[in-house]
Amino acid sequence: MVKSFLAASAFALLALPGATLAQGAAKPSDAQIAHIAYTAGQIDIAAGEQALAKSKNQAVRGFAAEMVRDHKAVNEKALALVKKLGVTPEANPTSKALSSQADQKRAELAKLSGAAFDRVYVANEVAYHRTVNGALKDTLIPSAQNAELKSLLQTGLALFSEHQAHAEHLAASQKK
Amino acid sequence: MKRTIACAIGLVAVALLPSKAAATAYRVVIEDMKFGPTPAALKVGDSIEWVNHDIFRHTATARDGSFAVDLPAGKTGRSVIKHAGKIGFFCRYHPGMTGSLTVSP
Repeated sequence: MVKSFLAASAFALLALPGATLAQGAAKPSDAQIAHIAYTAGQIDIAAGEQALAKSKNQAVRGFAAEMVRDHKAVNEKALALVKKLGVTPEANPTSKALSSQADQKRAELAKLSGAAFDRVYVANEVAYHRTVNGALKDTLIPSAQNAELKSLLQTGLALFSEHQAHAEHLAASQKK
Repeated sequence: MKRTIACAIGLVAVALLPSKAAATAYRVVIEDMKFGPTPAALKVGDSIEWVNHDIFRHTATARDGSFAVDLPAGKTGRSVIKHAGKIGFFCRYHPGMTGSLTVSP
């Protein structure tokens, strides 16, 4: 009961503010999962590139470079996998909601600079990885049918949990 | 002449080494965001080849600074163990990835 509630909230959180996949189809298909995971990665790559273009803080730039490098590596692997499996990633309300939220955040960050930019970027990275990791753990990994896709998502979760910890550490150091 | 001197120096160097077994080269594999098992019988002078099987860049960085190996995706790197004791290590990029070496003199 508690677990299913948590799963539902994580997924709803991921899908906000758009319609959720949870309405109607209970579980996303592999083609939808692939699209959500790939989109989530692309969003963080774009955010990292924005930070590399704007931030002058070495710790923030190091973190951003790591995000770009790691998420590109996962997404390249994901593209190779869907090609091999003959799966065409399928856009869905969750991936669309992720993209539109990310567009808003990017526009907000574009207006900031210096320490204000660094703070908002890092705070968003904490929140973003937390949300995506919750969705991976509670919805995407359990729903994935293909074993290789499931395994890649699990590697992704291990990686993004590290990113979340790194972002939290960075956020804590900014408050000092 | 030069060669003879070099040979002589080589012999002296060998003779000066402690009468212990020769240094051993070990291997530690990184896979799926984890360091694999570390060798149980490590001694000072042994070396570790760090093999990164992940698609991500990692490092093998000693907490005491005695080694720091950068490991781009799919690459290997080597470090020589310089002192005895318990040496913790981690990945600088993914600090949740940790391990430790127990080194005898």
